[in-house]
Amino acid sequence: MTDATPSTKSRASGALTVEDLKVHFGGSRTLFAKGAALVHAVDGVSFSVPAGKTFGVVGESGSGKTTTALAIMRLVPITHGRVILGDTAISDLEKEELRAARRRFQIIFQDPYSSLDPRKRAGAVVREPLDLMQIGKPAERDGMVAELFGQVGLRPEQRALFPHQFSGGQRQRIGLARALSTRPDLIVCDEPVSALDVAIQAQILNLMAKLQRELGLTYLFISHDLGVVQHICDQIAVMYLGQIVEQADRISLFTNPRHPYTKALLAAVPTVHGNKRDRRSRMRLKGDPPSPINLPPGCRFASRCPMAEARCREASPPLEDRGGGHRVSCFLV
Amino acid sequence: MAVATDPLLSVKDIVVDFKTRYGIARVLDHVTLDVNSGEILGIVGESGCGKSMTALSIMGLVPDPPGKVTSGSIKIGGMELVGMQLDSLRQIRGKDIGMIFQEPMTSLNPVFTVGEQIAESVRLHENASPKAAMDRAVEMLKAVDIPEAERRARAYPHQLSGGMRQRVMIAMALACRPKVLIADEPTTALDATVQAQIFDLLQDLQEETGTAIILITHDMGAIAELADAVAVMYAGRVVEKGTVDAVLSAPQHPYTKGLITCVPHLEPDPPVERHELMEIPGVVPALTELGKGCAFAPRCGEATEKCSVEEPQLLATGDKHLTACWVAQQERAQ
Amino acid sequence: MAETAATEDRTGQEPLELKITHPLSEMATMFFANHAAVAGLVLLIFIILFTFLGPYIHTTDPFEMVWAPFSPPGEEGFLFGTDYLGRDILAAMMVGGQVSMAIGLAAAVISVVIGVTVGAFAGYYGGVIEEALMRFTEFFQVLPTLLFSMVIVALFGATLLTVTMAIGVVSWTAVARVTRSEFLRIRELEYVAAARSGSARDGYLIFRVILPNALPPIIVQANLMVGSAILFEAALSFLGLSDPNTMSWGQVIGSNRPYILDAGFAVAIPGFAIFFTVLAISLIGDGLNDALNPKLRQR
Repeated sequence: MTDATPSTKSRASGALTVEDLKVHFGGSRTLFAKGAALVHAVDGVSFSVPAGKTFGVVGESGSGKTTTALAIMRLVPITHGRVILGDTAISDLEKEELRAARRRFQIIFQDPYSSLDPRKRAGAVVREPLDLMQIGKPAERDGMVAELFGQVGLRPEQRALFPHQFSGGQRQRIGLARALSTRPDLIVCDEPVSALDVAIQAQILNLMAKLQRELGLTYLFISHDLGVVQHICDQIAVMYLGQIVEQADRISLFTNPRHPYTKALLAAVPTVHGNKRDRRSRMRLKGDPPSPINLPPGCRFASRCPMAEARCREASPPLEDRGGGHRVSCFLV
Repeated sequence: MAVATDPLLSVKDIVVDFKTRYGIARVLDHVTLDVNSGEILGIVGESGCGKSMTALSIMGLVPDPPGKVTSGSIKIGGMELVGMQLDSLRQIRGKDIGMIFQEPMTSLNPVFTVGEQIAESVRLHENASPKAAMDRAVEMLKAVDIPEAERRARAYPHQLSGGMRQRVMIAMALACRPKVLIADEPTTALDATVQAQIFDLLQDLQEETGTAIILITHDMGAIAELADAVAVMYAGRVVEKGTVDAVLSAPQHPYTKGLITCVPHLEPDPPVERHELMEIPGVVPALTELGKGCAFAPRCGEATEKCSVEEPQLLATGDKHLTACWVAQQERAQ
Repeated sequence: MAETAATEDRTGQEPLELKITHPLSEMATMFFANHAAVAGLVLLIFIILFTFLGPYIHTTDPFEMVWAPFSPPGEEGFLFGTDYLGRDILAAMMVGGQVSMAIGLAAAVISVVIGVTVGAFAGYYGGVIEEALMRFTEFFQVLPTLLFSMVIVALFGATLLTVTMAIGVVSWTAVARVTRSEFLRIRELEYVAAARSGSARDGYLIFRVILPNALPPIIVQANLMVGSAILFEAALSFLGLSDPNTMSWGQVIGSNRPYILDAGFAVAIPGFAIFFTVLAISLIGDGLNDALNPKLRQR
């Protein structure tokens, strides 16, 4: 995974840069929620991912990690900021330009049951992007689909089956084949294994690692499962209420977590190495993550932070590099 | 661990069959479990392995039809539950056995306040006045660490957060001081930091009240950090059980080994070089298509000829450690 | 776990039987496995043969007075008896059935076309477009339907075409509401987002992705529409607002309604005809819905 050397495309085309991304929801869009409070789902997120690497985004519900993914995919409107893939600012594209650029970035979803059109056969699901973007000659497309099926470990004959005839893991393979069909540079993976049984998760994670090695793919990997993120990601950002609170490479983040939230999150995960006595001594957070509506001034984590001081409630700490690319947003560390 | 007394809850050779359009599916196949007072028993396995069905059969909630408890016995404090009249069973549920579910939102009634719902379950089982029942409800909400319990008792379920709702479910399940609490994936719908709070709460309550807990989960980490004993289930059968220390430090069944090694566990000090994850190949078999032998044999890397012909029994392969695997039993014998 | 075993079968194959057949034959198999639907189909074919071939065999003019009024069924050689003017009800049933069914079908098609279009655009685009379209729908919904169609017929004359249009125009709102709510639900599903990131245009998303998945309740609604259009036409006939020179089942009911106590059969026979037609169509609709749903196929 670390020695990925993409052979098929230039390294630069898959590099992803996100600059000060903001996504705000609210206003008078719907019938019943007129004048609803503004939700700062994503509020000033910046990071960059080198081509062929995996960037992980972790966080709890309401952290904005999925919205970040959807904004990069241009599936929700971007309020502010830029998203650049290779040398293309995909956040600036509109209409036909955007449609044409979409072949370079694809997505796989969490729920293998709702992410495939139940009325289309598996082969048609994978073929759809080829037809829509007119990739290859129409006569060649069936062969391309068969090849993609082989690539993700499905039998080409299974193209004629409907999604409900596959197991969860197989459906996720179909989703992967579909995403790969346009030969993208970037694949956004929104909790790709969370809905799968533990024994199936390993199959999909290994497949994803293999495809990355072979095709030089860049992954943006959204997850709440720290074990999975630690295994598959090169760089990891921890999000809390729409902002990145800490970002580092995988070794640095897990051996030396700096932000109190990251520490609490790591302490919260039960592992097979733990036991009954150990868990008592671990750090615990009180309460639930607050909703991203009506945010107080200051650090967003202050209300749950065991270390918070007065100044934490007054000003927002900036996300600063503390050496070696380990970025932390906290006054106290 | 308990001394040689009778177990509090004893499930013996329970068999549950479901009628499906493909034939009879044996959802539980001679499942035997004991839960001692003051113990946390973890049941672990993939979806469809029968872990939730075990809970439902203890509660007497197996949907009939299409399901049916074909044979076996479930005793709590020496009282037989299989074949019991529905009226008496209703008294047992809640009073002797409480249960909390995966999704707290759908298990609470949205049109009543949480206080009313807890009070209702108290009044159902104890001859308490409405006032006394409500007092008990508030007391229970305090016991599960809900701040401002008096005020929260008047809240409706949708006004509470997910973690708060799960606390309410626990309060409701414990309101009549049951001897056994069954928690079916109680934290799957919750965030990691909230999951840790709920686990702490369960552990506290268990230590204070001595309630036995059956924790159903797919997370080996939760088993390691919470349970005293563990039973691993596969295709409706218990394939390995024993103390958590024994099973997790030296798993005997290839399926248990696979379940532990195929999951990328969070390491405090991750290695720089990453290895490929171990895989359990294939998928869980359909319960209508099980052959004669070990249900795991088609996916097992260690399977011998015997494995696909004859079903292994759950036998001791160590101290307080039982495994249903021919290979492990043979190694033990040598 | 041996590494070799893991690499040999890393595909996660289920022992899945591969039955690959042509989609149409699969649909036919599914449809014919549904006994109620087949019964509905047989019933509808019978009614169609009766109304469209019948007049060639039984050539009596339904407007001609052939016997004394209110001759009971089966007597004097008239299978269904005669009406208040002494006209042959059997002949009226045959000729009138053609009209009733044609009106029912045409009105249902009109209301589905309008309703699906309005509902799909409202549900898909949301925002101002939805607001405007749903206000428009509500406007039609609050109009007293019978009164409104009476106005249309009174203004443009009582011909078959205006009656059909009037029925279609007043009954599309239910289809629009159903379509909109299905679109609101389905547009949030991940396979729609997947198609969008596959660079699908709006038209493709609406008609090729969302609409096929929204069809089941629309088909059910369209079924009900055929039945209610037949009944609606009967109501208009009863009020004397349908083309008096065209025989229809509603016309038979309407004209014999004052004599229901003396000659109930004259009202009951066309009533049963409408009942069985509506029943047959909804049974077929049910079967079609199942056959169109791949989840139910091959299970």
